[in-house]
Amino acid sequence: MSASVQAPPAAAAKSNYLNADYGWKSWLFTTDHKRIAILYLVSITIMFMFGGFFASMIRLELVTPQGDLLSSDTYNKFFTMHGIVMVFFFLIPSVPATLGNFLIPMMVGARDLAFPRINLLSWYLYIAGALLALGAVIAGGVDTGWTFYTPYSSTYSNTYVMTAVAGIFIAGFSSILTGLNFIVTVHKMRAPGMTWTRLPLFVWSHYATSLIQVLGTPVVAITLALVGLERAFRVGIFDPALGGDPILFQHMFWFYSHPAVYIMILPGMAVISEIVACFSKKRVFGYYFVAGSSLGIAIIGFLVWGHHLFVTGLSMYASMMFSLLSFAVAVPSAIKVFNWTATMFRGSISYATPMLYVFGFIGLFTIGGLTGLFVATLGVDIHVTDTYFVIAHFHYVMVGGMVMAYLGGLHFWWPKITGRMYPEGWAKLSAGVIFLGFNLTFFPQFILGYAGMPRRYHAYAPEFQVLNVLSSAGASILAIGYLMPLIYFMWSLKYGPKAPKNPWGAKGLEWDVCDSPPTTFNFDKTPVVTEEAYAYAKEEEEHVIG
Amino acid sequence: MWVFLLTEIMFFGGMFGAYTVYRSMYPKAFAATSMHMDPFFGALNTLVLICSSLTMALGVRSAQLSKKKALVIFLILTMIFGTAFLVIKGVEYYDHYKDGTVPWAGFKYDHQMQIFFCFYFFMTGFHALHMIVGLGLMTWLLQASMKGRFHKDYFSPVEISGLYWHFVDIVWIFLFPLLYLIGHTHGHG
Amino acid sequence: MQQGISFFPDAASANAPEVDHLYYFLIGVSVVMTVLIFAAVAIFAIKYRRKSEDEIPKPIEGSLKLEITWSILPFLVMLVMFGWGAKIFYDAYTPPKDAYLIYAVGKQWMWKIQYPEGQREINELHVPTGRPVRIRVASEDVIHSFFIPAFRVKHDVVPGHYDDVWFTATKPGRYHIFCAEYCGTEHSGMIGWVTVMTPNDFQNWLTSGGAEGSMAAQGEKLFQQLGCSTCHLSDEQGRCPILRGVYGSQVLLDDGKTVLADDAYIRESILNPNAKIVAGFSKDVMPTFQGQVTEENLLQLIEYVKSLAVGRTNQPPVQQFGGKGSAPAGKAPAGKTQ
Repeated sequence: MSASVQAPPAAAAKSNYLNADYGWKSWLFTTDHKRIAILYLVSITIMFMFGGFFASMIRLELVTPQGDLLSSDTYNKFFTMHGIVMVFFFLIPSVPATLGNFLIPMMVGARDLAFPRINLLSWYLYIAGALLALGAVIAGGVDTGWTFYTPYSSTYSNTYVMTAVAGIFIAGFSSILTGLNFIVTVHKMRAPGMTWTRLPLFVWSHYATSLIQVLGTPVVAITLALVGLERAFRVGIFDPALGGDPILFQHMFWFYSHPAVYIMILPGMAVISEIVACFSKKRVFGYYFVAGSSLGIAIIGFLVWGHHLFVTGLSMYASMMFSLLSFAVAVPSAIKVFNWTATMFRGSISYATPMLYVFGFIGLFTIGGLTGLFVATLGVDIHVTDTYFVIAHFHYVMVGGMVMAYLGGLHFWWPKITGRMYPEGWAKLSAGVIFLGFNLTFFPQFILGYAGMPRRYHAYAPEFQVLNVLSSAGASILAIGYLMPLIYFMWSLKYGPKAPKNPWGAKGLEWDVCDSPPTTFNFDKTPVVTEEAYAYAKEEEEHVIG
Repeated sequence: MWVFLLTEIMFFGGMFGAYTVYRSMYPKAFAATSMHMDPFFGALNTLVLICSSLTMALGVRSAQLSKKKALVIFLILTMIFGTAFLVIKGVEYYDHYKDGTVPWAGFKYDHQMQIFFCFYFFMTGFHALHMIVGLGLMTWLLQASMKGRFHKDYFSPVEISGLYWHFVDIVWIFLFPLLYLIGHTHGHG
Repeated sequence: MQQGISFFPDAASANAPEVDHLYYFLIGVSVVMTVLIFAAVAIFAIKYRRKSEDEIPKPIEGSLKLEITWSILPFLVMLVMFGWGAKIFYDAYTPPKDAYLIYAVGKQWMWKIQYPEGQREINELHVPTGRPVRIRVASEDVIHSFFIPAFRVKHDVVPGHYDDVWFTATKPGRYHIFCAEYCGTEHSGMIGWVTVMTPNDFQNWLTSGGAEGSMAAQGEKLFQQLGCSTCHLSDEQGRCPILRGVYGSQVLLDDGKTVLADDAYIRESILNPNAKIVAGFSKDVMPTFQGQVTEENLLQLIEYVKSLAVGRTNQPPVQQFGGKGSAPAGKAPAGKTQ
């Protein structure tokens, strides 16, 4: 496997990281963070297609109230595997492993990450985990739900739980090592003059993400390991019939999995900060607040896991604490949205595709985040938890938020990564198709949820059909919207116009200094940083309002 | 390495947390299990590991002072202690097997005690796994030391491996009282 | 009952309108915020669109006042949401003492409903209007969740636990019961109906069934079949505690602690007798009945032990549903002491 990249024509003499070396060995044994980022890019795109396939089958089945397309077991396996693949093998690595790996060394002014070989190892671990997970799929599937609640997963399910759990366990190490690498890089490898307060907000958000990855992932590792051991040895850690406590599993699982959703969204927010600054040609409004809010989300995010357990019989006191903290974690997210919007105030707004994704993100993340308040509200959560309302909520933030940010970032840095421009017209069109398809798919699900349709239902009451049909129609549009970038990005590799060093006029070491595509070691000599981040305006004009 | 050790704390911490939950749910059963644990072996292993950390620290010091021979000797001693730990653990595991306290191999007692022994085997099992990894690290360090790779200007692999080794030791220091000493101080059991 | 298209669930319980009001408040706030943000983005995007490639906007570092305002104000609104939601939550999980108790055992993939009077149903529940009803849920196997959208109630049904939902139904009709926690192959088939009837109709319905006798009577049969009566009713050898009057009392254990003899205690004593030993008795005397009794059996045995507290009959205290119309919560009809 290798990216199907054409060498630039002989006229461009300078070598870059893509043509510096050829052959599959130069890719599979590379320690160049940029090549590793490409390896990840290809792998997670493939996993996204698997996850998307499962989603398509789900929506297809749900067009009719009866369970007539798939058997119950097959459907249960499909939603389980959709969740596992999308969460662990697409969303969690997505931005950090591709854009983060590619850009962070350049953004801090370094030649590579702190531990290049560990970086490569983390990719191999990801592949190993993905192969195991796909192995579980091919062997017959898993049907426990991506949340693996016990005792169903530990005692009752007859599917390939162990294999799936092993795959996730191994992929977890990939995540930990990436986080570790980023933390050390940011601490130890900044170029002279690159103080913490001059770091791009992209780096700040990834730093916060890495903290969560490093601290939270081991907990899900041990939790899933215990489930696996329980299945293997038929003992009863989480099985009440053998003296165990199934709610303990939920606490342990969500202790990681809630912060995990912040692992998923913070990198997306990282991307948005960069794009909004560039296409408003202005420093991000409230830099310190945006940086601080990333850390705030990371810290408070570890304290809210109980909101997944509101209807399990938690004590009244604990429920109230978790509800209050869940509201608290919304505040830093809101701060970011307000600051990004304020960045546009009196800016110079361009409508290039990355900025369209920013508009989409701000809108959809706002809706997703606000509906998070609904589920944080105890009295309402009793009614909407485990219904399509929650599904709509998290798809709004994960897909309407995160995936849009990911696509925006891909478009923004595509010229830097590949040295080619994508076709702007098609890109704008796909952004619109995606936005439309997404809303049509998921907005009806809010209504469905409050109306009472539970989640993970293969067949449903007939009065829910109309909304389900709307949702499935939207899904087909969304699928087309996702196919389009796949096609034109690949097309651009061969036929896209060559990109200049800085097609957007953006600020940042990766734009100002590095080529498009960059050389293997990024910089000819170590850069010395003398200006603040996002220094779009002339120095003497910096001032504060209010 | 410090960051990696943080992740290890979270990993073992999860198990410690779960253990604590069950301990508070079934205090009597857990106290009763202490009848089946031999604190002598546990204490012996604790002593063995502490000695190994000592020799490891002395090894790091030797590297800092460019004393190759001393470094090699201390690394070998550390490995001997580490291996001794694993052997003693193995003996204990076998005793448990004969006693009928291995949860998946002829377990003879009730569910709550079975949960305790699950945790005992999983926690000491993961710990032993980390010890084996540590021994592997030591092997690599040893052969590199014998080739003269470490001296006062370059000894960080020794230092970092030392950190790892000390961490594994500390985990045991927590495991020992939790698994071996409950119930022995109370009148019951 | 929902026909055609459902955009909003029926509101058929006393607390459903309250939940809906809070929901509307949340929607209102969300709409306002969404419109504000969308409008701001749209207006800025249009008003400040790039007119030439070399224009450079003046930089604006930030504004502490603005940051504080737009952090504190939303948080205050959130506190209102929190407080209101917490109140509804507290009420939702605090059943009134005189609520009429019905048992629901969830098992893959059906709901088994039992009334103390002895009626049993599968996937069907009947309740009267105007009277607080408490459903005690238990699981035979995996985690389920008992969900009645029209009443806005839900609780996970966790094996090893007893949990309660309660409601006061207000509108006669038939409404969905759904299992809301994935439980395996036929999770989406684990559904049923709750039929809300006027108190008179309910009284008639209740007294027309229960051929096997009340739950407590069935519990008594089990108590004898399983050999419990040899020790626990009258025992000269002093091997075990006598169970008359035990339910609801404080029990002194052999380690000095006291514990309330509630449903969970009785269940544990049957399944894991050595977990708690009453002061003055020994371990390892009572055998465990794990695997020999189903969750339903356990509930019947518990009803029987409860009846030993109310004075020797194994009929549940007399309920009064019909006659004077709805009995509002707080006014206990004669004889009800649960």
